[in-house]
Amino acid sequence: MTDIATYNFAYLDEQTKRMIRRAILKGIAIPGYQVPFASREMPMPYGWGTGGVQVTASIIGPDDVLKVIDQGADDTTNAVSIRAFFKKVANVAVTTDTATATIIQTRHRIPEHPLTAGQVLVFQVPIPEPLRFLEPRETETRKMHALEEYGLMHVKLYEDIAKHGRIATTYAYPVKVEGRYVMDPSPTPKFDNPKMHRSPALQLFGAGREKRIYAVPPFTEVVSLDFEDHPFEVQTFDQPCALCAAENVYLDEVILDDHGGHMFVCSDTDYCEKRRADGHRGHLAPKADLAPGNMEPAQ
Amino acid sequence: MTDEPLLRVSALSKFYGSRVGCDNVSFELWPGEVLAVVGESGSGKTTLLNCLSTRLLPSSGTASYRMRDGQFRELYRMSEAERRFLMRTDWGFVHQNPADGLRMTVSAGANVGERLMAVGDRHYGKIRATAVDWLSRVEIEQDRIDDEPRAFSGGMRQRLQIARNLVTGPRLVFMDEPTGGLDVSVQARLLDLLRGLVTDLGLAAIVVTHDLAVARLLSQRMMVMKDGRVVESGLTDRVLDDPRAPYTQLLVSSILQV
Repeated sequence: MTDIATYNFAYLDEQTKRMIRRAILKGIAIPGYQVPFASREMPMPYGWGTGGVQVTASIIGPDDVLKVIDQGADDTTNAVSIRAFFKKVANVAVTTDTATATIIQTRHRIPEHPLTAGQVLVFQVPIPEPLRFLEPRETETRKMHALEEYGLMHVKLYEDIAKHGRIATTYAYPVKVEGRYVMDPSPTPKFDNPKMHRSPALQLFGAGREKRIYAVPPFTEVVSLDFEDHPFEVQTFDQPCALCAAENVYLDEVILDDHGGHMFVCSDTDYCEKRRADGHRGHLAPKADLAPGNMEPAQ
Repeated sequence: MTDEPLLRVSALSKFYGSRVGCDNVSFELWPGEVLAVVGESGSGKTTLLNCLSTRLLPSSGTASYRMRDGQFRELYRMSEAERRFLMRTDWGFVHQNPADGLRMTVSAGANVGERLMAVGDRHYGKIRATAVDWLSRVEIEQDRIDDEPRAFSGGMRQRLQIARNLVTGPRLVFMDEPTGGLDVSVQARLLDLLRGLVTDLGLAAIVVTHDLAVARLLSQRMMVMKDGRVVESGLTDRVLDDPRAPYTQLLVSSILQV
């Protein structure tokens, strides 16, 4: 890397990284508070994780091991491109293994494998303001956060119950952080909300288009909002993963043919592959397992 | 009954640059009393109302309000958080245009329940039961509870706005032309409803209106404003039947006789 035309380490210039680190530190100091920052143009369109990429670029070092997931999968376009990006501009080690990664950039999932102290989870956030669809004025939502006026958030949940008989919000389910700020956990399924509660890992959220960074420090209270007579509950699935037979994990529905054939498989591909490598078999797992991304040898 | 007023206003003025919004207004409002503020448009009625409800800060003067603990608090020295809390618990504000006071994209039930949730009510069943109760009190059928106010007529919207304001049991309600823009039969029913609610709940209210008939029906006392100043005040019947100020005489004699 002696070529003068090469990229700065991790793409962003050092001043920008300092600015973003300051925003991150402020976010950590005030859990759940949205810190404005001077979001930069990134070599990717808004909506593809420009916020998450800037956060990752600001905290990554040469010794870090990066994992990138997109809806739980390591092998989808967004995940592959961002992994390749950091391999190129920071020359860091990359992995798909949740346990050995030091930084995990994620789009809309929290890995099934429990995170440990020292790991950092970086979320890509499209709309950081949980009150946005209820109150369009930014001046007003900021005031509501400042004065802790969160009655409106419950109006949304009330509407859900009135219309559907239950709280029908399934993703981007609002949480209260450390008893103070109401926060949008990014469009993760509400299945993942309990994983944020007192997580040993540091959780950072970056919204590039909206120019906001917020954070949940390790071991912070993260409580999903609900009603006394309609408590928060996560999604449940009738059947285990069709490939690895895992239960109590978040499943994706995969269409198999045009005759209505479908199966439910783990959304976390790394978790599913590890389980299959350990010999777990679901009812649809082929003998010679040729599922994409599967690294185990054919039997 | 208490022998102390609910609201004390002294020498309240609001200037927009060199223009006068309202000038040197002083009065006291007692618990359970309805005060009408009348005058032609541009006379400073709405400016006065907005200052009193702390939606606008006055240029000078003071207003103190007797809180539920009996202590008088200077309104313009309260923090914004305290003022907003007062606004959604102990006070109500009924706008002339219901769309300003309602959330048009959430159901009627949620509109009524919002204040309850804002003060910490977290039991869906109880919130809904209260909403049903209040809808029936303002004569909205129960099966409309999950409809959005967009689907309501003007009169229903105004009644919904009233329910939304009264659900936390406020002691003081500000009303800005509550019957403006409604046809006469709907106006009559709304006035009837308001009069009933104000009496039943012992509300104090400040009603801004240009309609002297509304003032006569609702209020015990009235103030007549002209060019930002109070030109006459007194018991409603006295002011309307025996107007003393030349402007009040003009106003009273301008009522169309049908």
